[in-house]
Amino acid sequence: MSADFLQFLFSGITQGACYALVGLGFSIIYNASQVINFAQGEFVMIAGMAAVALIDAGAPFVLALAAGVALTVVVGVALEKFAIEPARNASVVTLIIITIGASIFLRGAAELLGGRGFRSMPAFSGNEPIVIGGAALLPQSLWVLGVTVVIIFALGRFFNSTMHGKAMLATAYNPVMAQLMGINTRLVLSLSFALAALLGGIAGVLIAPLSLTYSTVGVMLGLKGFCAAILGGLGKPMGAIAGGLLVGVSEAMTAGYLSSAYKDAVAFVIILVVLVVLPGGLFGGRSVERV
Amino acid sequence: MASLWQPRTGGLLALAGVVAGLPLILPNAFYYDVAILVGINATVCVGLNLLIGYAGQISLGHAGFFALGAYASAILTGDHGWPPLAALAAGAVGVGVLSFVLAQPILKLKGHYLAMGTLGLGIIISIVLNQEAGLTGGPDGMPVPSLRALGHTVAGEHAWYALVGLVLIVSVWLTLNLIDSPVGRALQAVHGSESAAALTGVDVIRYKVLVFVVSAVLASLAGSLFAHYAGFITPAEASFARSIELVTMVVLGGMASTFGAVVGAAVLTILPQALTAFQDFKMLVFGAVLMGTMIFLRKGLVPTLAGLIRNRMRSGRA
Repeated sequence: MSADFLQFLFSGITQGACYALVGLGFSIIYNASQVINFAQGEFVMIAGMAAVALIDAGAPFVLALAAGVALTVVVGVALEKFAIEPARNASVVTLIIITIGASIFLRGAAELLGGRGFRSMPAFSGNEPIVIGGAALLPQSLWVLGVTVVIIFALGRFFNSTMHGKAMLATAYNPVMAQLMGINTRLVLSLSFALAALLGGIAGVLIAPLSLTYSTVGVMLGLKGFCAAILGGLGKPMGAIAGGLLVGVSEAMTAGYLSSAYKDAVAFVIILVVLVVLPGGLFGGRSVERV
Repeated sequence: MASLWQPRTGGLLALAGVVAGLPLILPNAFYYDVAILVGINATVCVGLNLLIGYAGQISLGHAGFFALGAYASAILTGDHGWPPLAALAAGAVGVGVLSFVLAQPILKLKGHYLAMGTLGLGIIISIVLNQEAGLTGGPDGMPVPSLRALGHTVAGEHAWYALVGLVLIVSVWLTLNLIDSPVGRALQAVHGSESAAALTGVDVIRYKVLVFVVSAVLASLAGSLFAHYAGFITPAEASFARSIELVTMVVLGGMASTFGAVVGAAVLTILPQALTAFQDFKMLVFGAVLMGTMIFLRKGLVPTLAGLIRNRMRSGRA
């Protein structure tokens, strides 16, 4: 394997892991509420901006990261309580526009509080690259990958072996039946936004040292996370992870071997090709319309 | 003659009245500028509303078609010396063919998958316009010559206002006719239930494709007009934010209401101008207004207000 290829693979998997975390957020909220939350990318932005602001203000590093993620979770729950819940039973397009309104609102708030500038966060454990087969791997990339793997296993345990997790799965399968079984589906809704915000927030602080942080950092990340979720079949967590990695690696390979100008188009070309062949995504299976 | 006097005819006359009467109260060129932009956006929204409101299909990529029309006019008139009307027509035909070819696979998608497909399409168009700098001038944009037709140049806010107003009225008239035709009724059947529509013999795909193409061509025409009016265009016209803005205009005004689309376009074009007073708070307030309107008036401005007035009149009579 050439060093170039390995280098592109490393950066692709790192970026892909972030898309996967954002895509997972889309899937979790979709499962609980059939809502596509276009403010998902803003969760990434809020955590990064808040953590950087706290670090610049002299807060201890770990505390700043935790506070950034915690603030994001609070924003996520508030979004559900004040914007999604009052509009339940509204049409899909209406809900999409509400979440887009929320993303504009959050971006406006971030610019007001944190300014429009680009800010950088120090890496978690230095910038000394590790050389593997001639390719350089930044320690921060290992952090991104390691934390993503831990999150995937933790989510697996949460959904399969805790009451709250099982309640969320049950609600995803059939909300009315879940309610009849005594599951508090409203709590599930709040929980799903909290969880999606948590994932977005963690992705935000993980990627901040690699990609800088600014008020519009979440826009493309959100759209590509949506790509990842759709690519794998909406509502399939493992699909979102596979979709995220596929998008990340294809982007890095395109930038490396073909043209870096069209890097951002790759995700959308893949999604169009896949959807034309498989209208339900890679792992979506064939859906049968109920009449 | 009775068919001439349907409620819709009244609406069309009211719209014509507003367009004709507005110059009496528009104080200066700045207000004309906003009114012209409202007219251009409204023309796009009237078409988009056919797709979203009547056929029930979402598109998060219509800014792409608007921008393709704009760039077709800019490139053909500016770099190749075409007459503006020929360039406008070429842009419309090109976008029509493109949307027809793309519509077949894309409109098979449903719900969020359709949203993703159209979103991807719009973003790809936007990236191409940004990257092909040799043709489009890249992110810096490109100048557009003024609109000349039949030996006259359309110049000044009054001429542009009249032209855009006329285009809007004709678009609304055509749209209302389409909605009242068998095509419109077939579309509403598709919106209600695709399976039931197909069962009663409606060629679902054909109608969805037809309305997608009509809305894309209207967007392209409006884009060409905008390019000549503004005199300068950038790829921002194709951005995702712009696509969202267009969909929001339709939904805010009220889906499946042609006049709602016009009102939505007016509100969302004027609002940012009015919000400049808020300066740094502009985005914050804009986002909050968007959320608030959709939460509390979820059917959109025109249907909600029309419902209120109808109730008021009914209780007034009782």
